[in-house]
Amino acid sequence: MPESSTVKDVLSSSVECRTSPLRRFSLTSLHRNSLGVFCSEDNVQECLSHISQELSSFGLPPVWTAGGGSELNIVAVLNCMYDLIQLHRRGLRTLENMEVEQLKSNSNVDFLQLSTTRLKEQLEISKRENTGLLERERQLQLKVKSLQNCLKNEKEEVQKLQNVIASRASQYNHEMKRKEREFNKLKERLNQLLVDKKEKKQAIDVLNNIGRADGKRSLWKTEKTEAKHEGEMYKTLLSDYDTRQRELQLENAELRKVLQQMKKDMVSILSSRKQAAKGDKHEHGGTQAASEEEDEVFDSSKDSVELYCVHAREKLTNSIRLQWRRLKSHVERLDSQVSSAQTSESKTADAVPRETHEEEMDRLKLEIQQCKDFIQAQQQLLQQQLSSPCDEETASLLSDCYMLQEKERLGDEWKTLEEQRKIFERERRNFTEAAIRLSHERKAFEEERATWLKHQFLNLSPFSDSKKPSLSKSKSAFLISAETEVSAAVAPEKFIKHQSEPPSCVPLTSPSTADLYRTLCLIPEDSSTKPKTKMEHVEESSVFCGNAPVRHKLWDDIQDRTLSQEKNSSI
Amino acid sequence: MNFSEVFKQTNQLCKVSPDGKYLATCVQYRLVVRDVSTLQILQLYTCLDQVSHMEWSSDSLFILCAMYNRGLVQVWSLEQPDWHCKIDEGSIGLVSSRWSPDGRHILNTTEFHLRVTVWSLCTKAVSYIKHPKACQKAVDFSRDGRYLALAERRDCKDYVCVFVCDDWHLLRHFETETQDLAGLEWSPNGCVLAVWDSCLEYKVLLYSLDGRLLSTYSAYEWSLGVKSVSWSPSSQFLAIGSYDEKVRILNHITWKKIAQFEHPAILDSTKATVYKEVEKRPAVGSDEMSLHSITIGTTLFNTQSKYEISPLPVQIPVVKPDPDRANPKIGISALAFSSDSRYLATKNDNMATAVWVWDMQKMSLQAVLEQTSAVRCFQWDPLRPRLALCTGNAKLYLWSPGGCVSVQVPAEGGFQVQSLNWHCSGDSVILLGKEQLCLCYMDTDQEDK
Repeated sequence: MPESSTVKDVLSSSVECRTSPLRRFSLTSLHRNSLGVFCSEDNVQECLSHISQELSSFGLPPVWTAGGGSELNIVAVLNCMYDLIQLHRRGLRTLENMEVEQLKSNSNVDFLQLSTTRLKEQLEISKRENTGLLERERQLQLKVKSLQNCLKNEKEEVQKLQNVIASRASQYNHEMKRKEREFNKLKERLNQLLVDKKEKKQAIDVLNNIGRADGKRSLWKTEKTEAKHEGEMYKTLLSDYDTRQRELQLENAELRKVLQQMKKDMVSILSSRKQAAKGDKHEHGGTQAASEEEDEVFDSSKDSVELYCVHAREKLTNSIRLQWRRLKSHVERLDSQVSSAQTSESKTADAVPRETHEEEMDRLKLEIQQCKDFIQAQQQLLQQQLSSPCDEETASLLSDCYMLQEKERLGDEWKTLEEQRKIFERERRNFTEAAIRLSHERKAFEEERATWLKHQFLNLSPFSDSKKPSLSKSKSAFLISAETEVSAAVAPEKFIKHQSEPPSCVPLTSPSTADLYRTLCLIPEDSSTKPKTKMEHVEESSVFCGNAPVRHKLWDDIQDRTLSQEKNSSI
Repeated sequence: MNFSEVFKQTNQLCKVSPDGKYLATCVQYRLVVRDVSTLQILQLYTCLDQVSHMEWSSDSLFILCAMYNRGLVQVWSLEQPDWHCKIDEGSIGLVSSRWSPDGRHILNTTEFHLRVTVWSLCTKAVSYIKHPKACQKAVDFSRDGRYLALAERRDCKDYVCVFVCDDWHLLRHFETETQDLAGLEWSPNGCVLAVWDSCLEYKVLLYSLDGRLLSTYSAYEWSLGVKSVSWSPSSQFLAIGSYDEKVRILNHITWKKIAQFEHPAILDSTKATVYKEVEKRPAVGSDEMSLHSITIGTTLFNTQSKYEISPLPVQIPVVKPDPDRANPKIGISALAFSSDSRYLATKNDNMATAVWVWDMQKMSLQAVLEQTSAVRCFQWDPLRPRLALCTGNAKLYLWSPGGCVSVQVPAEGGFQVQSLNWHCSGDSVILLGKEQLCLCYMDTDQEDK
């Protein structure tokens, strides 16, 4: 079945190029029936007509005529069949040929493809080679250029050296010519001298010798002068070296000072920075602190020791270098920070310091304002004070208001002084009275003594016991009288106190100042006396001192008298 | 600024006495001594021939007049004009003559440098120094006048002799490591002697007073070397000018180079001021070009000029020297330190119209003065940092750190200033022309630009 269908298809396809609507219509009607057969008993006529039509289209003689009925010309049919078979064979042959041709062309195509791929590869390779060659060519050209440059340089150098040689040669020639000229002149002069008989000798004609510039007489050349010259020469050299060394020392000291100052500044800057920025410095903080500690330690030691030894100098320069490196790195860090802040537009890194900075500024400004206000207020008050008019009373009151307290104090002290003065006056009077009394009593005593001596002399007997009481009495009386002047206003207890002392050992030393003071009631033994200020003490002591020598003198006089009397008595 | 009248002189022989009171000039064969302030003629001496060299003694009492042609030296006394002294070198000839620092000895170098004769005016005694070297600067006295350094050439080797000027005793005699010694100079403190080789070899040797070699300095090899050498007055620096148009400064502590000053033709980035002399030509109309005005000519010749500050970059005119000639006109030929060692003035022969002033404190260029013609002579004021220079025209140029000024010399007939000398007090400058001389008195107050 498929064969007939394919034949049909072939036929239909070959007919299609010359189709007419009629034919198409006829074809479709005669298409396969249900059984798939072209011809059946019903459509024989149509089949016949169709076939004859087809055959005529092929160019073959017709097989069936329409009027012939369904009877076929066998001969014609066989001829047709034979023609058809021939046609078919021809067709097959052409198909074979065509297939062969196609195979051939396929193989050709394959071959061509292969050859193109091969050629492409070849092309690739040759391209690569080409680039390689170009590269080499370029390199070689570069080399050539550099070699040309070298050549140029060498040529220039050669030229320069040639110039140098030329100039040297011309210089040599010039010198040679000069020497030759001089030589010729010498030869001429020699000839002249040989010819010239009259020889002019060297001579000096001076009217009179002139003295040396420094007035000294010229010395003979001796070893001493030679040694002196040597000495002077070395002295000059040494003094020059000295001055130079001094200058260099000064310069060194200056530079050292500057370096140390720089180091201090750098350290302070770095340490302050370290305190301010607590961010990323902590990791360096440890090492920095450690090194700065040692630097500080070194600083203190340096202050005491002069940097004269090489090691100290090296240490200083090394520490300066270290500090400088740190400062540099710090500055670089700051720079990078600033630049990163600028580029990233996030000013957080700067915000904090800037804020604090602004706060600081505000605080300072506020402080300044406060101070200014204060100053202004002060000024105003001062102005007011100076310019404001006040009434007489207040003016008089206020005129010396600052001195009021002190004036009052002064008044008080004056009063106390006055009282003291009165006391002293009184006491002086008392003393004078006492002195007068004493002189009277002395007189009386002298008379008594005289009478007593007289009695004694007259009554010189082995029985001396009976006289003792009178002696003691008189002695005690003497003691009493001697002491009255001292204790004029003394309390009775004092009398007893002094009396209790044995008569034989009269303390003839002057009483101590304290005792004297005490006896004179100047030093308060009870608290009933007025409160005394320092000034009073001073006043008293000065007053007392003023009178003291007088009193002492009196006392001494009395002592002398008693001593002499005692001596006399002991005999 | 006052100018004196113009006087005659010959041979550029015009010197002020060391004490600054007298001015001695030579006119033909006469020696004229004037008072410096009044310029009145005080003494007049007549020599036997035209004077080649004239020098004051250090105490300003005697003047030496040397006549090289005749081999004669005549010495005149200022105090006693009748006193005379004549030294005749005889057939041996005379090439140079100079005073010793004590003013009582005269050193004569005979012809062909056969020997140096030391004549004593006190004792008429004679000493001889053999084999002196014939070079640029073979003799130098130390500044304190105690020592004399003399270059000697014996058996094709260079030696230096150090004499004590007191009694001409030879203190030291040592060989130097030079190929051909060209010059020697004492440092101002008298402790170091700088010795340099000829231009064929760059070598500067520094010897201590006792003859020890302190240091050697050589900047480069083969090319032409040292052209000029100068000590700073403080003895701190030694400036060496060489043919490679550079000045190298050595320091007195390590004797190593501490600075190098270059003289480029184009000044681009520098903090220095460049003063350019600009001539103001008076407008000459056609009707003024009469014969009368031309013959008088003063207005045409004496053009006013002033300094202008040139903006950078500045190109300084360069004249390339002839490569075939010896002693080419290239390199630093003149070096001068100011009296306080603060400034150094240099001149590069390549750029002959420019004077370069360097600041020694900053070690950099301070100013460049560009003149209209080649600079002939420049000299520092002995007391102040003031530089006077002349270029062969009728003007005197002064530079100071405050500025610079150009002053016309009011002389008839075109006075061309060829060299100048400061008076030791720094109050006046002696300007020397070809046959004339003129004194310029400075104002006591500073001049401004």
